[in-house]
Amino acid sequence: MADITIEELEHVARLARLSFSKDELANFTGQLNDILGYIAKLEEIDTADVPPTTHALQVTNVFREDRVEPSLPVEESVANAPQEENGAFVVPRII
Amino acid sequence: MNELITFPISKLQSLLSDREISPSEIAAAYLERIEAVDPTVKAYITVTPEVAEEDAKVAQNRLKDGETAPLTGIPLGIKDLICTKGTRTTCASRMLENFVPPYNATVMDMLNSQGAVMLGKLNMDEFAMGSSTENSAFMKTRNPWDTKRIPGGSSGGSAAAVAAGECPASLGSDTGGSIRQPASHCGVVGMKPTYGRVSRFGLVAFASSLDQIGPLTRDVTDCAILLEAISGHDPRDSTSADMPVPCYRDALKEGLNGMVVGVPSEYFVKGLDPDVEEVVQKGIEYLEKQGASIREVSLPHTEYAVATYYIIAPAEASSNLSRYDGVKYGHRSNNYENLMEMYQSTRSEGFGDEVKRRIMIGTYCLSAGYYDAYYKKASQVRTLIMQDFKKVFQETGCHVLATPVAPTPAFGIGDKTGDPLQMYLSDIFTIPVNLAGLPALSVPCGFSKDNLPIGLQLIADHFQEETLLQAAYNVELMAGCCNRLPEIK
Repeated sequence: MADITIEELEHVARLARLSFSKDELANFTGQLNDILGYIAKLEEIDTADVPPTTHALQVTNVFREDRVEPSLPVEESVANAPQEENGAFVVPRII
Repeated sequence: MNELITFPISKLQSLLSDREISPSEIAAAYLERIEAVDPTVKAYITVTPEVAEEDAKVAQNRLKDGETAPLTGIPLGIKDLICTKGTRTTCASRMLENFVPPYNATVMDMLNSQGAVMLGKLNMDEFAMGSSTENSAFMKTRNPWDTKRIPGGSSGGSAAAVAAGECPASLGSDTGGSIRQPASHCGVVGMKPTYGRVSRFGLVAFASSLDQIGPLTRDVTDCAILLEAISGHDPRDSTSADMPVPCYRDALKEGLNGMVVGVPSEYFVKGLDPDVEEVVQKGIEYLEKQGASIREVSLPHTEYAVATYYIIAPAEASSNLSRYDGVKYGHRSNNYENLMEMYQSTRSEGFGDEVKRRIMIGTYCLSAGYYDAYYKKASQVRTLIMQDFKKVFQETGCHVLATPVAPTPAFGIGDKTGDPLQMYLSDIFTIPVNLAGLPALSVPCGFSKDNLPIGLQLIADHFQEETLLQAAYNVELMAGCCNRLPEIK
């Protein structure tokens, strides 16, 4: 697989909601290419007929009755918010 | 130094039940020890003397009323990614520096229901991403056996605290070796239980299909005691297993007649430190002397485990860590003009380099056009790695596998921080177990020429923790390196 470029990395950073300085990006590009280069060794294995595993043990959906149960009070739920008003999270203006 | 801080849980239990000592006295001895050595070891992010005092009072009342449980009055340290109601839980990250959980993790509720005593919250690599605890945003924990060296990671604080006599036992978490590798480097017992054995509710998520909470202790008996206390089904974690919890202490019997121990040839490769190889071979001899038969086996896909892990774990992490958006809890930047900038500045200020690196790898691997080449491919190789283990346990008839934990003893602080890939490769022997969801532990087995502890890794089939503990107990009897207190300098 071709090396990842600084431009591609900038795109990935936007997707991940991260921002980097030019120096940081240059440093990360080298390190990420080392890591992706190592990961590329998986291409050696033929996996055409192998089913993927997402969980080591069989997991199935767990259902429960749709009942109201005790939950955290509003004031505790918002207690850690950086900005809070009348029991609601305050966010920057979007529209 | 108070002799109390050298006792394992089992000894403290009998002193408590004979009324020779009170929970408050035990807690006080440990708090004094923390004050004396933690400025050097740096295992604790937060010490909680008020909580300990309160917990000790509750324990005292239970003892008085005869309502005791195995952990009543036993002090414990908790890795700082397990939510503790009312006590800040930082994940060793600036992002959660002031986060005070409004609820307990299920394991904390279980410990509290037994009357255990919390001493404080232990240092770790930020969000459990690392193998040396050097990625903590707050401080670098030292290995009590040689304070110029790392304690291992990510549960480095949990292992160092037990080794230094700053708690008799602790809880850690293991996503790719984060309990076993620091346990080996610090000379304590550390177990990663089967995926689903212990509830993950209230464990701050890193890679949800791999994470598991487990005990770090002075000896194998304590490991059995603490494992039993935290195991069991939890309706709040839909991946927790609805299976009965055995009395793990009953598994600790001398002698291994009839047990088949597999030794996978792929774990004895070039790059394995000669001291580690010698100690591990000794460990295999101990198992044989206790009656086990030894069989060489093959796990052919071992060499692909690290590459597989470094797709799956970052992919899951990039998704899990998207919750840190500066809105609901945690850090929010002051430096923004609009919503997008608020997210970007918050996350860039709040996360350290290793966390950002893994979010970037994960986001890249999951991004449009790359999903099949990376994530799907890794999930398929994961199947092959699981099938390797299935074969040795179900067809070859092995009960446990014996391997090294890490390729070298504890390395020096700063030795690997410049080269992330080298750091990742130090987890080569522990990662396959997480991908397959198996239980495994590290038991102290010997020392290097530089007097650094080296553990033996034992791996068993799903939910065979009893077999694992039995084998480890016999290694402990032969090796005699459990429960040693290094001189801290």
